[in-house]
Amino acid sequence: MARLNSPEDLEKLRQEVLSRNDPKRPCISICAGTGCIACGAAGVVSAFEEDLRRQGLGDKADVKRTGCHGFCEQGPAVVVHPDGVFYARVKPEDVPEIVSRTIKEKKVVERLLYVDPATGQRVVHESEIQFFEKQKRLVLGSNSRIDPGSIEDYLAVGGYSALVKVLRTMSPEKVISDIKESGLRGRSGSGFPAGRKWEACRNAEGETKYVICNCHEGDPGAFVDRMMMEANPHLVLEGMIIGAYSMAAHDGYIFVGGEFPLTVENVGIAIRQAEEHGLLGQNILGSGFDFTVRLSIDGGSYVCGESTALMASMDGRVGEPIRKYDHATERGLRARPTVLNNLQTWANVPLIINQGVERYRSIGTSGSKGTKVFSLTGAVVNTGMVEVPMGATLKEIVFDIGGGVRGGGKFKALQVGGPLGGFVPENQLNLKVDFDELGKAGLSMGPSLVVMDENACIVDTVKYFVTFLSDESCGKCTPCREVFRQILKVLNRISGGRGREGDIELLKELSDVQRDATLCALGQGAPSPIDSALAHFRDEFEAHIGEKRCPAGVCRGLSAAGPR
Amino acid sequence: MDIKGIDKIIEKHGGVAGLLIQVLLEIQGENHWLPKEALERVSERLRVPMSRIQHIATFYKAFSLVPKGRHEVHVCTGTSCHVRGASRILDAVKDHTGIEPGETDVDSKFSVETVNCLGCCALGPLLVVNGKTHGRLSPAEASEVMKKYG
Repeated sequence: MARLNSPEDLEKLRQEVLSRNDPKRPCISICAGTGCIACGAAGVVSAFEEDLRRQGLGDKADVKRTGCHGFCEQGPAVVVHPDGVFYARVKPEDVPEIVSRTIKEKKVVERLLYVDPATGQRVVHESEIQFFEKQKRLVLGSNSRIDPGSIEDYLAVGGYSALVKVLRTMSPEKVISDIKESGLRGRSGSGFPAGRKWEACRNAEGETKYVICNCHEGDPGAFVDRMMMEANPHLVLEGMIIGAYSMAAHDGYIFVGGEFPLTVENVGIAIRQAEEHGLLGQNILGSGFDFTVRLSIDGGSYVCGESTALMASMDGRVGEPIRKYDHATERGLRARPTVLNNLQTWANVPLIINQGVERYRSIGTSGSKGTKVFSLTGAVVNTGMVEVPMGATLKEIVFDIGGGVRGGGKFKALQVGGPLGGFVPENQLNLKVDFDELGKAGLSMGPSLVVMDENACIVDTVKYFVTFLSDESCGKCTPCREVFRQILKVLNRISGGRGREGDIELLKELSDVQRDATLCALGQGAPSPIDSALAHFRDEFEAHIGEKRCPAGVCRGLSAAGPR
Repeated sequence: MDIKGIDKIIEKHGGVAGLLIQVLLEIQGENHWLPKEALERVSERLRVPMSRIQHIATFYKAFSLVPKGRHEVHVCTGTSCHVRGASRILDAVKDHTGIEPGETDVDSKFSVETVNCLGCCALGPLLVVNGKTHGRLSPAEASEVMKKYG
């Protein structure tokens, strides 16, 4: 591929790609994200390729292997464009029928259509499925039309047009003021205004500055970051290039968990393609701006999601957090000014530039703008990756998009924000997806929402989180080592039927010590699930302690009915 | 893994000490564990003391200082799998292999690990053996899966 030396070259290539794409030509888009691969998507892809050849349609239709569409519950998911016919849980043996019916005869295969559990009706198009209908898919919307290994697919959906706009018409200061005005806040949970971070880094002294994309995602039960990166890596790269341009940074890193092989592979390919096209490297699109992006792979440690630990890990050291005397925007990676943003934050940048600040600001609440992507899992009908506008209620996510509790069970709690978050009982499901509202409720805007039904025990889940955090603690602060052990001792006692009066108060006291005397977000956030469990589900703790029974029947040695 | 292979990995990363973790990850990826001789070579070439390499090799979960078994079993214990009963799946695996997570049995047949999330929550609870995912399992089905591997 010839290098693109100007924004005009890029637009020319886009026109070429678009003119090659016949919008009427059938395209079979198969979700081959990590989730669907595990369901056998690779076999479905090769079955389509073989069958099209066998039926002599090899040059009449395209097979596209895409990243995650989001509807993991129905995987492997297949969408046949241009009509957008959606087939659920497709197996290789279903493929010949789809090819002969849908590709050849333009008819649908009824038996493979998604059945709406509420109405019992078969649904033909992806856009009519309630799971998708109720979402606002600004960031995820293109996933089913992009092969993550093809930069041309990204160009075909308008990719890198924000970069062109920036290089042609915007000064670095204007980019920063637009990001500030857009109200974009860090998607990792803390919600710090991205534009302010960028501005501080731009104004910081020093020639060398770094931008980092955090795609570490060590939360148990969260897969949003890696799926988004896996599905549309160029979107993140484009955001990073624009950010780097505004801050005059020339070195970028993507920090990604080593446990996600497909993410590592796809982002590596994307970086290489961007370099070949002159979108990364020296003199990007002839603008005189240089920027390189490298991959940094994590060795597997939850605490490395914390910014100082992350930067230590990137520098080949053990991921132990340090006290933040300075902002990373002044002294971050290798003591240079650094902007660290979550991948979702970077992915929003091209949208803001393309749509304009006003349109972006029109989505969301007064304090939180745009959309937020969550993984919706646990005891829910529709497991998947969902994108909602800020201001949507948790109830809408669980019941309208998620379809409610699996197997007709009764809702108990929604776990929000992972091990450092908390539990939301049914009567608080009207809470909105909003940094400030969730923060006030003691929750954080983490990447995962886990639905818990009556078969899940709150005491057991708290114990699970504390065990996880205690395993993952770096061990630097004494309270993190010792208090976790004591908390676990009490929780084990309670769940083992040996709970004593006063244990709840003891848990609270230990939590307070933990919060006050530790250094980093892991240590200080650890009491959150305990606090929220005690605030909303104290009766479950009391049942374990006083009546020696586990209402959900989960804790071993205790029965749901209690001792006879 | 021979010294040449290790040198090749070190050179690929430009012999930069800051890329120590990346070098170790690649050795781990190719060799499935980190032999002492490999660590000593890395220490020598990158001029990083063995104490720091040991610290890193024992801190990060990706590294193993003992050879792995022939069958690598990963049980997902992420929150979603947990609320769907992952602990019973783990019990079935522990019963079958006789080892705890993080261990390898004496015959080097199985290595068992727990993982935080494999990104296929719709299939939970699940386990992965040698890269193949077995999902939507009951504990009895998990035992059946394990039997297939001996």
